[in-house]
Amino acid sequence: MFEGLREKLSNAFRVLSGKGKITEKNIEEAVQIVKTSLLAADVSYKVVKEFVENVKKRALGEEVLKSLTPDQMFIKIVRDELVRLLGEREPLKLVHNPSYVMMVGLQGTGKTTSAAKIANYLKKQGKRPILVAADTYRPAAIDQLEVLGRKIGVPVITGDRRNAIKIVQDAMRQVKDSGYDVVILDTAGRLHVDEEMMQELEEIKKMIRPDEILLTVDAMAGQDAVNSARTFNERLEVTGFVVTKLDGDSRGGVILTIRYITGKPVKFVGVGEKVDDFDEFYPDRIANRILGLGDVLSLIERVERELDQEKLEKMGQKFIRAEFTLEDFREQIKEIKKLGIDKILEALPGASQVDLDTSEKELRKIEAIINSMTPQERNNPEIINASRKRRIAAGSGTTVQDINKLLKSYEEMKKLMKMFKKGKMPFGLKGFRF
Amino acid sequence: MGFFEKLKEGLRKSRETFFNHITKILKSRRLDEDTKAEIEELLISADVGVEATEYIIKKLEEKKSEDAFGTLKEVLIEILSKPNGLNIPVEKPFVISMVGVNGSGKTTTCGKLAAMFREEGKQVVIGACDTFRAAAIDQLKVWAERAGATFISHMEGADAAAVAFDAVNHAISKSKDVVILDTAGRLHNKRHLMEELAKINRVIKKVLPNAPHEVLLVIDAVTGQNGLQQAKTFREIVGVTGIVLTKLDGTAKGGIAIAIAKELGIPIKFVGVGEGLEDLKPFNPHDFVEALLAGDDNDNT
Ligand SMILES: Nc1nc2c(ncn2[C@@H]2O[C@H](COP(=O)(O)OP(=O)(O)OP(=O)(O)O)[C@@H](O)[C@H]2O)c(=O)[nH]1
Ligand SMILES: Nc1nc2c(ncn2[C@@H]2O[C@H](COP(=O)(O)OP(=O)(O)OP(=O)(O)O)[C@@H](O)[C@H]2O)c(=O)[nH]1
Ligand SMILES: [Mg+2]
Ligand SMILES: [Mg+2]
Repeated sequence: MFEGLREKLSNAFRVLSGKGKITEKNIEEAVQIVKTSLLAADVSYKVVKEFVENVKKRALGEEVLKSLTPDQMFIKIVRDELVRLLGEREPLKLVHNPSYVMMVGLQGTGKTTSAAKIANYLKKQGKRPILVAADTYRPAAIDQLEVLGRKIGVPVITGDRRNAIKIVQDAMRQVKDSGYDVVILDTAGRLHVDEEMMQELEEIKKMIRPDEILLTVDAMAGQDAVNSARTFNERLEVTGFVVTKLDGDSRGGVILTIRYITGKPVKFVGVGEKVDDFDEFYPDRIANRILGLGDVLSLIERVERELDQEKLEKMGQKFIRAEFTLEDFREQIKEIKKLGIDKILEALPGASQVDLDTSEKELRKIEAIINSMTPQERNNPEIINASRKRRIAAGSGTTVQDINKLLKSYEEMKKLMKMFKKGKMPFGLKGFRF
Repeated sequence: MGFFEKLKEGLRKSRETFFNHITKILKSRRLDEDTKAEIEELLISADVGVEATEYIIKKLEEKKSEDAFGTLKEVLIEILSKPNGLNIPVEKPFVISMVGVNGSGKTTTCGKLAAMFREEGKQVVIGACDTFRAAAIDQLKVWAERAGATFISHMEGADAAAVAFDAVNHAISKSKDVVILDTAGRLHNKRHLMEELAKINRVIKKVLPNAPHEVLLVIDAVTGQNGLQQAKTFREIVGVTGIVLTKLDGTAKGGIAIAIAKELGIPIKFVGVGEGLEDLKPFNPHDFVEALLAGDDNDNT
């Protein structure tokens, strides 16, 4: 999925490898490929130019570490520079009570969906959020937010449904002393060059004095993000970004652009259409993504959050005591299926359609095998001897070899799990692929 | 305001920042290294992409023209010149399916298209095949009412293909002229969602073997290089017949459409230049490039 970028980069490094030093001469081609790759990833032309200049300077100035080949050293420099530019991970800063969060952005970038996702996220953290539907332009925008609000159990203020300013005034009255501590405001999508509409936002901002003004940015966006992000930031002093639709296969180079242009942090990323498809921003993971190393960790985190907390804790305890059984394994597979194998594979670098098909098949096989075991065997896999294996193989339409593979990967997973700390879902992503 | 005016109006911003710039550079220059570098920056900054940009520059070199500006115009027009009339069948109804990634402007374009056909005196049926996104049905319903089209919908969560089936059948039995199907936004890398789209096509074909006659891929002009992958995958799975390039009223240049035309040969059929019912214009490559390049002298204030 990120093949292009990764391949090209590794080519760039191959160019360098074998030679003892990074020199003015041999770095040129590598730099050129990095430049092309970043452009293909939609990083802004100007940003790319400056980026590769910096990388080059650093690469030439730095001693190649003893343990690294020049190409490894080079990728380290590229990656470090990317991470540095992507900035720190920053949480929402909600200081007032109630505090206001204002969603702004171009049409169709995901403001309404993200407003609901943030409300849902805050609610899960024990906050009392409330939503305000201030998009009076797009047909059924208010209904859309109402539907989402109902889904997550967060009330939605709709006021007179006609005048955004009035709706906001109404909302301010309603939330005063109401016990709601975060007010999330959805606004209409607008072009940054639409003077009248930009003034509306400025007016709303003046009224509510928001703690956060979040600009939603589509991860598939190209070069024009320079213009829109800059203007939105200049007009409103946004406090951060929500980058949406990162579940696609765009390389997300726009994230580098908007960071670079505004210096404002990315606070959340959207990774799907459902309200739970939402992550905090981890710069190193995004750098990995841009460089084609996948986004595995972020996925693991989502799995953790989506799993029932209690179940998770129970399992966590089991892992620590190494009591993790095949019964638990089966539970996990169910959870994996719920989440969607395709989603998991999307987060893994280099996963292809073939992987998806085989993984689905394998999961089905594992389930069939475990289903053919007796409860005793599931809870006590050590007792599975040769004759039991034959029985299970026959029952599940698999071979003894399959059973052995499963038991082996189960043992490996168990070992792995012991290493994780309490309460964490130690998802051995590789563990169940045999 | 005529199409040409309106298109120019819609594209004013891009012309100023993009082709206006090119005009300035090229009018006085031949194609030397500096000029090439500047064209490269301009094209890439317009989302044309590295590959298509290299191709265009190579073309410019080959033509060895003294007037790089005129030649660039020619090359762009050539790339964009594909037959792009609508495949209207002899026998009605004419079935159009709108597809694309999330938030690109499918639903809005359904409304605009319906209005366009109504203007021509045609009877239009709109089918609400986005049964997934919150309030997608309500949104489309408003557009159907605005355009004066018959609206066919099921409940949220219903089978999208079943809605398509009903809409087409309704059009046949009531001898309506046009059926426009709005589908849910989906990212092309989601196999199961793409499969749903293929299923809609299959089900329609049971009633009308040659339908859908048009599958229009709606692409946001803001889209970067991912647009090419979108076009590839959607074409592979549902046989895209044309592109609708939306939101050209902003500062985004929509250069990815040039890459798509060059790489895949899919014609651009319409452009979206606003959020109103009338803000959809047929795409004409000559007018398009002409509108982008011409009139810069007057606008140069
Ligand atoms: N795949 C995916 N889709 C998303 C994500 N966030 C939003 N969407 C979808 O993108 C489309 C647009 O989202 P909205 O929330 O309606 O966008 P908006 O910015 O409120 O749109 P306007 O109000 O019209 O400007 C919808 O189909 C959403 O379901 C995401 O992270 N991933
Ligand atoms: N400025 C401008 N906005 C547009 C244009 N076309 C659509 N929009 C806006 O873009 C946003 C998304 O449009 P929709 O028609 O809902 O997009 P969609 O593709 O149906 O979205 P999903 O069904 O959620 O995938 C809305 O706010 C529209 O008003 C256009 O040509 N110009
Ligand atoms: Mg909205
Ligand atoms: Mg829609």
